[in-house]
Amino acid sequence: MAFDDAYRALTDHDDDARWAYGTGFADPFAGVPTELPAGVDPADLAAYCLMLGDDALIMSHRLQEWVTRAPELEDELALANIALDLLGQARLLLTRAGQAEGSGRDEDTMAFRREAAEFRHVCLAERADADFAHLVARLLVLSTWRLAAFDRLTASRDPMLAAVAAKGIKEITYHRDYAAQWVVRLGDGTELSHARMAAAAEAIAAPAGELFRPHEVEIRLAAAGVAVDPSTLRAEFDAVLGQVLTAATLDPHIFDTEMYAPADCGAAATMPPGPGAPGGRPPSGRDGEHTAALHDILTEMQSLARAVPGGAW
Amino acid sequence: MTTGEAVFTETIERDQRVEPADWMPDGYRRTMIRQIAQHAHSEIIGMQPEGEWITRAPTLRRKAILLAKVQDEAGHGLYLYSAAETLGADRGDLTRRLIEGRQKYSSIFNYPTHSFADVGVIGWLVDGAAICNQVPLCRSSFGPYARAMIRICKEESFHQRQGYELLLNMMSGTPAQRDMVQDSVNRWWWPSLMMFGPPDADSPNTAQSMAWKIKRHTNDELRQRFVDMTVPQAEALGVTLPDPALRWNAEREHYDFGQPDWDELRRVISGDGPLNRQRLARRRQADEDGAWVREAAAAHAARRSGVPA
Amino acid sequence: MSGEIRHEWPLFEVFVRAKRGLNHVHVGSLRAADHEMAVHHARDLYTRRNEGVSIWVVRSDHIAASDPGEKAAFFEPSGDKVYRHPTHYTIPDSIPHI
Repeated sequence: MAFDDAYRALTDHDDDARWAYGTGFADPFAGVPTELPAGVDPADLAAYCLMLGDDALIMSHRLQEWVTRAPELEDELALANIALDLLGQARLLLTRAGQAEGSGRDEDTMAFRREAAEFRHVCLAERADADFAHLVARLLVLSTWRLAAFDRLTASRDPMLAAVAAKGIKEITYHRDYAAQWVVRLGDGTELSHARMAAAAEAIAAPAGELFRPHEVEIRLAAAGVAVDPSTLRAEFDAVLGQVLTAATLDPHIFDTEMYAPADCGAAATMPPGPGAPGGRPPSGRDGEHTAALHDILTEMQSLARAVPGGAW
Repeated sequence: MTTGEAVFTETIERDQRVEPADWMPDGYRRTMIRQIAQHAHSEIIGMQPEGEWITRAPTLRRKAILLAKVQDEAGHGLYLYSAAETLGADRGDLTRRLIEGRQKYSSIFNYPTHSFADVGVIGWLVDGAAICNQVPLCRSSFGPYARAMIRICKEESFHQRQGYELLLNMMSGTPAQRDMVQDSVNRWWWPSLMMFGPPDADSPNTAQSMAWKIKRHTNDELRQRFVDMTVPQAEALGVTLPDPALRWNAEREHYDFGQPDWDELRRVISGDGPLNRQRLARRRQADEDGAWVREAAAAHAARRSGVPA
Repeated sequence: MSGEIRHEWPLFEVFVRAKRGLNHVHVGSLRAADHEMAVHHARDLYTRRNEGVSIWVVRSDHIAASDPGEKAAFFEPSGDKVYRHPTHYTIPDSIPHI
């Protein structure tokens, strides 16, 4: 058989009716205008894109840590798909943040050159997973919130945010479904899995509250028709979670009360304090306040990029 | 000769595919299950050396590429386990054989990945060698295996290219990056040559496998092809392959090259490679850590369908 | 390993419709605890590259198949029914639209 090019040998097997390989990977952002919407503070838009982008980047990192450790091989594929989707969303949003602030910082500068206090994700995204139940609980909470937010962002006055949201909705719908199915299976599985699922839901209920506390940037941008006020997502979130938790034979009201406090993020904060929050409210991840878990993530994620300045990859 | 035997022989002779429900000699079935299972194990264990770099990838594009590639390897493992299961094997059983060290996987994955250049070199050399091995398997006499291999080879066409592209970029980078690439080539070249198995003279199973058309080319033939394909790529990249005996032989119209350290290969195969124990331990840990999750899902499904687990 | 009862997930066969207008084609199998999981897994395993618009899954042990030993009795009798094929009939070239 012909062997000069290893792939030529494959062509006699080409049978598109049998394996129709995907083609037509069109750029969903072709033609989307990149100008900033009028009357919006560029710094606010940049900060908001970092909030949504960092949620995705950091959660994706935690999912990447599951590679070669998933409970079954099929779930390796599923978790990698979710991690890839979130990574893709993060790249778009970090790029948009750089455009908005006009600094010329690209996605990689944003991901690999920022210090911990410049990250704007909620602490739930950075939490380490004690087991698979913690992972699917976090994924359910984050994707339920994100789906509700993106649903509204499709009408954002920022055309790029609207386009990212429209694309992301299809992805997050699947993430939420995947997580919900696992929460139900574990909750309504064996005695052991029920206990672990209940413990995981309990552990993340308090930190989940942070998602719904509006940051000043969110409030200003929501008023300008660009962002979503997260406190308006609560009803949809509660309805979805209530349904899933009931099917999982867990307490459907675990997430109902807002009891978030920064200290609930997990590990004791050994980090240098973040920039704080305006108006005397307690600072949150949206302000750059994080736990030691983020220090671990950044040490890992940024190590190589920082070790080879000027490197070409 | 029974009817089944006659049909089997004729199928092989006419270069047609044997399908799972057909009669086949026990030896063929056993060989096929073993070969496919070892191939599947190699894909799954092969996720580890590169997987270690996903969280450290130096750009978000490289992170996405590497994640998609390692994910493909899980997929390829699954296609192959699926092919083995058509012969009556059971994936859980095959996994236990792997974890208990009763079935092998490709020795190449027992070598460590010291730098990100290894991600590129694994794509270029290791996947390149794997492609040389795998393309002929697309014409394996066993239908499900051949079909899985077609799909795998098509999907892997991006694996080798992303590796080579990474190396091209790194070679255009800093002097430290170029050293990183050369160091990585030095470490992976000989293990890559070993991927084709022992020399034909020491490969007792080759003859039967060729007769059954499970295998289409001998180890030495494939190794030669790999060397011939790779040398010009190394020159274009600007790296030196660490073999003083490597030179073009105008008479043979092939490259002459030195012999790998076959004693080392035997040591690695018998479990004494740099990372054999760690690789299996990781796989075992994932399997054990996931047991409660799999049990919960089975219990939940059984309860819903009203059938006890 | 231990002798405890194992909870192996059952095997499912996967069929993918590549695009509208084509049949679902068998692409392989996978393990899943239930049908929902099987469809999810099939999506992640067999349509990573835009290969499909629709997926069927069916438990492998629910498939009834013809017996390969009966192949001759099953399939050869249709081999001589040449009158089922349009080329069997001779029509003068002058007759249009047939």
